[in-house]
Amino acid sequence: MNRLMQATLNRQAWAARPWIWSYVAAVLVLIATWSFTGGAGAGELLSGALSFSAFFAVAGLGQMLVITTGPGNIDLSIPANIALSGALAMKVMNQQDSLIGLGVLAVVGCGLSIGLFNYVLIRLLRIPPIIATLSSSFLVLSVAIVYGRSVRIQPPEGVYQFATGKVLGVPWVALLVMLLALMMAILLKRTRLGWGALAIGQNPRAAALAGIPVERIRCCVYMVSGLMASLCGLLLAGFSGGASLSMGEEYLLASIAVVVIGGTSVGGGCSNVPGVWGASIFLYLLVSMLNTFGLGAGVRMILTGCIIIAVITAVSGSAVSQAKAR
Amino acid sequence: MLSQRSILSSSSSSSSASASAATSSSTSPPTSLVGSPEWRAHIPRLLRTLLPAFSLTLLLLAIFVMQPRAMSYFGLNLMLNLAVPIALATIAQMMVIAINDLDLSLGAFISFVACVAATWLNTHPVAGALALLACVGIYALLGALIHLRQLPAIVVTLGMSFVWSGAAILLLPSPGGSAPDWLRTLVSIKTPWVPLAIVASVVLALLVHLLMVRSTLGVRLRGAGGNAQAVAKSGVSLFKARVTLYAFAGVFGVLAGLCLVGLTTSADAGIAMRYTLLSIAGVILGGGEFVGGRIAPIGAVLGALTLVLAGSLLSFIHIAPDWQIGAQGAILIIVLALRTLANRIGARS
Repeated sequence: MNRLMQATLNRQAWAARPWIWSYVAAVLVLIATWSFTGGAGAGELLSGALSFSAFFAVAGLGQMLVITTGPGNIDLSIPANIALSGALAMKVMNQQDSLIGLGVLAVVGCGLSIGLFNYVLIRLLRIPPIIATLSSSFLVLSVAIVYGRSVRIQPPEGVYQFATGKVLGVPWVALLVMLLALMMAILLKRTRLGWGALAIGQNPRAAALAGIPVERIRCCVYMVSGLMASLCGLLLAGFSGGASLSMGEEYLLASIAVVVIGGTSVGGGCSNVPGVWGASIFLYLLVSMLNTFGLGAGVRMILTGCIIIAVITAVSGSAVSQAKAR
Repeated sequence: MLSQRSILSSSSSSSSASASAATSSSTSPPTSLVGSPEWRAHIPRLLRTLLPAFSLTLLLLAIFVMQPRAMSYFGLNLMLNLAVPIALATIAQMMVIAINDLDLSLGAFISFVACVAATWLNTHPVAGALALLACVGIYALLGALIHLRQLPAIVVTLGMSFVWSGAAILLLPSPGGSAPDWLRTLVSIKTPWVPLAIVASVVLALLVHLLMVRSTLGVRLRGAGGNAQAVAKSGVSLFKARVTLYAFAGVFGVLAGLCLVGLTTSADAGIAMRYTLLSIAGVILGGGEFVGGRIAPIGAVLGALTLVLAGSLLSFIHIAPDWQIGAQGAILIIVLALRTLANRIGARS
């Protein structure tokens, strides 16, 4: 009897921390890669994982906040936003370190206004966020195509150093993500905006009746998501030596996948900051593991898809049993 | 069956015809609808139903004013050539949307089907046909997986888009292959007076309307998306409903791929990637909604035609290709704004 209770308690403790699974998966993939290479290049792999996962995590944190506000809330404009912000940053900075501040301001403004535009579409046209952010992403992508068509502009030295540099072996971008994640956690746990977002995700009607300014909070949430995506665009352009139109493409899947794998409930009302980062690391390690195995592009894509679906199935499975346990 | 219809009469906006039929079956003395207060309640629904046809007519008029020569058998054929695969893709997407899911792998799936058709179906017809059947089976399995484990369809289908793309690349690493002769002949039949694309669209719209709006099966399937609890209590298996709808989506996806490869005669691994977004836009333009099993098959086909013709119009008025995606987004927003307006007018009256 006692043992049974202990087991139940343990189970609840595990279920309360669904983000653990993303780290477990990441470690498993890491072990698989190392056992294949015999441990060669282990350090490079880890530091690569820390920098590359940072970009997924930045975009994912914004997406997480949007998904937290309930079913149907999702931001599909992230890829277009990344493409436009990257191009905007590189153009405004014009390869000069003195213009970095101005460029960052421009990117912040761009991200906030794309988020605001998304919200205005959702509110005024009363359309589901999926289709609103999809239509706005068409417009944003068009602007990015027209605006960023000129030759590839290199990032200024300062941005390039920041995006690729390390301090004590840890990439700067990883530290930035830690900072952003901490801010996001504080936002969710300690501010009215965060409480409001969680409350709306759990029950929008109850939240509205309790006096929470639902519409103002939804507006802020979409603006924060836009801001995160545009920061990701800036970092990505700095990291890869210039902006390109297609650099945001994979972030449609990645931003949603890291949120869900990271243990955030798709039904809203329950978010998970550490999980986003763990899932980002997992996603990067997965891709690099398949690369290490020397597989062809086709097989690699099939395996990526299958593994993502398998992980989602495993993670949601535990969520289902958790709901049943209640 | 009567009781189920009346449950749904409040949620089905698919067409004014079916809605009025359902209403007249729920109010026992069948009175003439026009002139009664009920008629006023139908105004928003009517406006919404007519909106896809209205926007398509507007677009056609604009095209004929810009380019009078387009109004001929040849001109229409040229403009609407690629409309049929897009209409089929839109219907496939509509099946998934009917159960409140979204298929983000449709473009990759149709590309894969096109690759199968341009390679195996041509060289080993039996193996090719079996592979396509297996594709439909995989769709049904996806529906089962999503239902049993309560997974987010968006993530599962995004994952599947990798799988289909990867398989397509394995099959056809570089553009090529060739469509079977029978397929090419089939899609280039010269019908009298009206081009095949229009005939096929009309037939498709009516058939799917019969299947999804008029038939008992269709009412049950839409009900599963509209009010899952009520339908489950009336004894319909939600599991079966989702699996059926996903299988339907697979069937129409396969048809779209076959049709596309018949028209283009060769394939490549990314041939239909933009169909994912086009199909979603088509469903929404046609008056479907993301929640509540509200779908409109005729509207969806009209929506697909609208999107295809919008491309032609944009090139007639010399909009730079760079702005074409943006213009499609703008058209989507305008139509949705008109719909909101129609709803407001309806609410006021």
